[in-house]
Amino acid sequence: MKIILNIWRQKNSSSPGKMVRYELDKVNEHMSFLEMLDVLNEDLARKGEDPVAFEHDCREGICGCCGFMVNGIAHGPERSTTVCQLHMRHFRDGDELWLEPFRAKAFPVIKDLVVDRSAFDRVIAAGGYISINTGSAPEANSIPVERQRADRAMDAAACIGCGACVAACPNASASLFVSAKIAHLGLLPQGEPERDRRAVRMVLKMTEEGFGYCTNTGECEAICPKGVKIENIARMHRDFTRAVALYREASKAAGAH
Amino acid sequence: MAFQLDARTPSGPLEHRWSKAKQEMKLVSPANRRKYTVIVVGSGLAGGSAAATLGELGYNVKCFSYHDSPRRAHSIGAQGGINAAKNYQNDGDSAYRLFYDTIKGGDFRSRESNVYRLAEVSVDIIDQCVAQGVPFAREYGGTLANRSFGGAQVSRTFYARGQTGQQLLLGCYQALERQVDAGRVRMFHRHEMLDLVVIGGRARGIVTRNLLTGAIDCHVADAVVLATGGYSNVFYLSTNAKACNATAIWRAYKRGAGFGNPCYTQIHPTCIPQSGDYQSKLTLMSESLRNDGRIWVPKKKGDTRNPNEIPEEERDYYLERMYPAFGNLCPRDIASRAAKLMCDQGFGVGPSGRGVYLDFKEAIGRLGRKTIEERYGNLFEMYEQITAEDPYSVPMRIYPAVHYTMGGLWVDYHLQSTIPGLFVLGEANFSDHGANRLGASALMQGLADGYFIAPYTVGHFLAQVKPGGVEAEHAEFRAAKEQVEQRTRRLLSIQGKKTVDDFHRELGKIMWEYCGMARNATGLKHALEKIPEVREEFWHNVNVPGSAEELNQSLEKAGRVADFFELGELTCLDALEREESCGGHFREEHQTEEGEAKRDDERFCHAAVWEYAGEDKPPVRNVEPLQFEFVHLAQRSYK
Ligand code: FES
Repeated sequence: MKIILNIWRQKNSSSPGKMVRYELDKVNEHMSFLEMLDVLNEDLARKGEDPVAFEHDCREGICGCCGFMVNGIAHGPERSTTVCQLHMRHFRDGDELWLEPFRAKAFPVIKDLVVDRSAFDRVIAAGGYISINTGSAPEANSIPVERQRADRAMDAAACIGCGACVAACPNASASLFVSAKIAHLGLLPQGEPERDRRAVRMVLKMTEEGFGYCTNTGECEAICPKGVKIENIARMHRDFTRAVALYREASKAAGAH
Repeated sequence: MAFQLDARTPSGPLEHRWSKAKQEMKLVSPANRRKYTVIVVGSGLAGGSAAATLGELGYNVKCFSYHDSPRRAHSIGAQGGINAAKNYQNDGDSAYRLFYDTIKGGDFRSRESNVYRLAEVSVDIIDQCVAQGVPFAREYGGTLANRSFGGAQVSRTFYARGQTGQQLLLGCYQALERQVDAGRVRMFHRHEMLDLVVIGGRARGIVTRNLLTGAIDCHVADAVVLATGGYSNVFYLSTNAKACNATAIWRAYKRGAGFGNPCYTQIHPTCIPQSGDYQSKLTLMSESLRNDGRIWVPKKKGDTRNPNEIPEEERDYYLERMYPAFGNLCPRDIASRAAKLMCDQGFGVGPSGRGVYLDFKEAIGRLGRKTIEERYGNLFEMYEQITAEDPYSVPMRIYPAVHYTMGGLWVDYHLQSTIPGLFVLGEANFSDHGANRLGASALMQGLADGYFIAPYTVGHFLAQVKPGGVEAEHAEFRAAKEQVEQRTRRLLSIQGKKTVDDFHRELGKIMWEYCGMARNATGLKHALEKIPEVREEFWHNVNVPGSAEELNQSLEKAGRVADFFELGELTCLDALEREESCGGHFREEHQTEEGEAKRDDERFCHAAVWEYAGEDKPPVRNVEPLQFEFVHLAQRSYK
């Protein structure tokens, strides 16, 4: 089948970008979306033109590298699907598509469809962990974890850090991403000792990195390829408020005002 | 110049060796540790855990990754689980049994002392990961759950749905980010290592390319740790992520690090079959599926009926028939070859005829759809996304694909390569898995190396050297940098007619055809003629668009593929020289009457360690003899 692609081309972070139109015949319905872009890139390379830069790695929907907007939707039209797992059978012959990078102040464009998502790492570094040095762990079965809790923690931990939630949010908020980590670790007894500190530090860092506030729009949950739930955000707000109210000293030390 | 291969294995009873080695190790005092700089290349399970732990200990760590974040590393792709000899199921497991299964699974081609240590520290890994908040599956009583995996008769695999690698990696990534926040680890994202610098016989640093700006930089250290993964992408189509490459270990090889057993590659039996020429990679379906799925082909050749219409008595559950004791859970190499055999004989299914069924009907009937969903839901979803077929109602179609490389840089018991000060961890080294890796053992090895072994052995090395003493302006650094720049310029200047992928695909075809699941001397010799020809053409006819001073994904790929050509050739050479069959290395000339791998312990009970001899000179094959003091060398039997 034939697909018409309008792709955002931008040489680097300091040059302006623009949409460029490409026509692609010979698209096979079993191809993944990225395999279709491979075909386009091979054509461009053969012509000596600069191929379209996009990020990808595992192509199995797990590493979180891939992600861009397809017709204004992060990762494209299929629910619960990263763009690397999106297949061309979901499109029709002659479809015209618009591909753009994730847009958010905290995710500056690097080139074409590639953006800088390192803000996510910095938010994790601010407190998205359990402080346990190698070798100091107790026997694994010494702390039982209620099965449902473990399952809910796993639901939240399934986040792949792709950033689609930020791109989909009208406020470019990272609340779904941040809250998923806060919920994952906070639900487990192992994460309890640092629950307050974690919530305060991560939430403050998120704001500092230029992500917006959550206004309960719900776009993030709808778009999340891993089905991470918006209820995590409620939990994050609760943890944050509780920590700030109960432990003013501690939250001040963590950087709150 | 031949290698002096001293494996530095301790003596004495197997179960005391690691404690003994640790007791004898020299220590760096806490106050002095920050004076030592350790470079860790790679931030997946092995590199990330090593960097985090070395940071916790107080060393000055610089960690490099070509990704935008350590959380992208391909360790994330591991689905099924991680082994540990906890014996929580009370089914008779022990460190010794895990050790024995691993040695046997590897077809008696690994070092006893290393493998025992791996089994021994496996239990600490689980403790560590649980404490980090890895959400392993649990029983209703709140204790940890286990599942079975191939090659074992006990249930010792810990798992987090079908995303175990992801969850372990996130635990390790979080530990790493904690050290970044504490200022003990400095991350260099989007930096690719392009050379190793050896000064005075010691690894003293690396040369990197900043993938965003193209800047080539020198980084000095007191020790260098490579944890850069395997080289399955030599085959072009594999289950590895697209960026997985061998450049770091290959450049280290060319600087004097021995390469162990490159021909030991693993073909995973349960992957989604290829659907077309445009295919960019293959997708693995976790081996854990073999717990409940039954593998079969129709008894009639070329049977194109809908699988659900083929009655029981017309199906051949060939693994259950051929290997009644282990059935669908026999080791990977055996299951893969059996699938190939069935398809070669014309029993294969699907449009290409290269596929077998993995059927859950019986399990769904026995356990209910909900249980199967809980166990494998995300894998089933992934299968459906890719194939548009619903595995709850139609059997999956699977076929083997290249998945893991047991070979890698040779290391001694301390995980040090033949270059002092250069340590190699995880899939990048050759240790522990012999000629075949058992399922759920890669995560175990990566984390054992990174959390529990390298922090001791690297410390022991550092305790014997003075910190610093070399600057980035040193002549060797400048020379290495110049070479890297030259090579980059050369790649960009060719401006030929074919793309990098054209060449990569061509190499992959040769490798899969002649150095894949079954190998023979004629084919390997042919490959050894073919590969240099294609490589020659690559250097004259490849087209790498763009420039060096920007994000240039074609340039990155070109450098990696250039190295794959050389490594592919060495792999074929190693496969040719090893005139026996063992584990993943199956030489058609060497098989038993039933078609099983036939080892030759008289001639090949050793690791082959290849030594680079210079451009246009054949590499030298050294050997490290393997001694078996504790296990009896037997022909593997899973019947
Ligand atoms: S490429 Fe890994 S999630 Fe898409």
